[in-house]
Amino acid sequence: MRPENAMKFNIDEIRKDFPILTRETQSGARVVYLDSTATSQKPVQVIEAMNAYYRRSNANIHRGVHTLAEESTALYEGARERIARFINASSAREVIYTRNTTESINLVAYSWARANLQAGDLVILTEMEHHSNLVPWQMLQAEKGIELEFIPVTEDGLLDLETYKTLLNRRPKLVSFTHMSNVLGTINPAQEMIRLAHEAGALALVDGAQSVPHLQVDVRALDADFYAFSAHKMCGPTGIGALYGKPALLEAMPPFLGGGDMIKEVKLRSFRPNTLPHKFEAGTPAIAEAIGFGAAVDYLSQIGMDAIARHEHEITSYALERLEEIPGLKLFGPSADQKGGVAAFVLDGIHPHDVAQILDRDGIAVRAGHHCAQPLHEKFGIPATSRASFYLYSTKEEVDLLVNGIYKVKELFG
Amino acid sequence: MDDLYREVIIEHYKNPTYRGQLNPHDISFADNNPLCGDHIQIDLRVDAEGTVTDARFDGHGCAISQASADLLIEAIVGKPLESIKRLGKQDVLDLLGIDLGPVRLKCALLSLKVLKAGVYGLGEASDELVEE
Repeated sequence: MRPENAMKFNIDEIRKDFPILTRETQSGARVVYLDSTATSQKPVQVIEAMNAYYRRSNANIHRGVHTLAEESTALYEGARERIARFINASSAREVIYTRNTTESINLVAYSWARANLQAGDLVILTEMEHHSNLVPWQMLQAEKGIELEFIPVTEDGLLDLETYKTLLNRRPKLVSFTHMSNVLGTINPAQEMIRLAHEAGALALVDGAQSVPHLQVDVRALDADFYAFSAHKMCGPTGIGALYGKPALLEAMPPFLGGGDMIKEVKLRSFRPNTLPHKFEAGTPAIAEAIGFGAAVDYLSQIGMDAIARHEHEITSYALERLEEIPGLKLFGPSADQKGGVAAFVLDGIHPHDVAQILDRDGIAVRAGHHCAQPLHEKFGIPATSRASFYLYSTKEEVDLLVNGIYKVKELFG
Repeated sequence: MDDLYREVIIEHYKNPTYRGQLNPHDISFADNNPLCGDHIQIDLRVDAEGTVTDARFDGHGCAISQASADLLIEAIVGKPLESIKRLGKQDVLDLLGIDLGPVRLKCALLSLKVLKAGVYGLGEASDELVEE
């Protein structure tokens, strides 16, 4: 913990918080973790918060009157309050716990969209969406006959906003888009896109899986109707995420899953749903994970999201500069000023899986594949990319190791 | 440097002997590995006795998937279809001369899966074809 130097970003101190960064891989090389876009590593503060819960406070939450149940409930709900503050929601009741971003988006598709959309209604998505923001809408299309349109991605990896404006003339009911692409790294102009959606009479859902971990996100300044994100990409555990929703919308929505905790009263043939946020949280939730989620936002807040974004920008700019020097390497996505800490690339004549596999011999962890964005890869005419991604604990030395590793790959394939 | 990327694998990946398509052909089948987007198509010509007289593979993917396809085709030309049905996972690993983790095993076995689905005349290639 560094409350006294909250303003000073000390990379060496930060790395000490992540025990996994000192481990070695099979080959004996120290791990160089460049896959934070898939999932981030976890600091001891988060691991300890979850351990402490199981060692000291574990009990089921809500309605319990004993000490442990009260303590567990306080920890679980306290985390929700800090998560709400972290994204500047006006109250904790606007933050629904889910399993992850995917479940958050599915919740909106299942509850809000099924109740409010009819055959022929238009939902606008983009070509750079993760499968989690495509498939739920395709499923709804099959079920209800809604229509889908897609904001195109330009060669530079940006959204074509002129086409977006034209699509808005068709009076969509919902615009759902990623705040930051998990492949291109593009940071989309969410505030402007949401304003335009609202002017056209549509609601806006934002996939914040990549943005909340890396940028200062203010859901009220954005005026987002729904905002979805996951704990595990922002130093928290897997198995927990959140959906922010404007309270009036959440109030009017039918429940999602049915069961315990989401009810106020149950009779044999009827039930009355609970108030927010519990209305959407059926069954015993991931309590330890929610507490870990709270510890993760505390950790990030203490370092400061502005400082984290600045550090990542520095690392990303350096990485793009170094990678661009490599002959036969092609990068995807915009310049460092318009993107987060992601560098997706292909090497001439060498498949991304081979690149990732050979880098692994030096302990370097990058991801290879379509990164759950298959349509985007098809758009660029490639089956897969290799992707290096950065976070608050990434260093320039790690970028250098990556670059050296890529030269080794090229040498091997001669 | 690296047993996984033995020279023979890199060589078959960069300069495959059997890359291409056969038209006409008696058997043709194609499938993808959804994990990495590897794609393999295999075309066979078979004579009246059920012997493979010629074969080609086409597609794209990692070195492991493409080299194993080339090695596999090399191994089956001149062989009866019945013997292809008996080929399994270990045969492909023997051809490659390496051992593979579960993820890359899928890359290596894609060509055998495609080949056997074609030989059996199946609608879809299933993992069971290459499990033993």
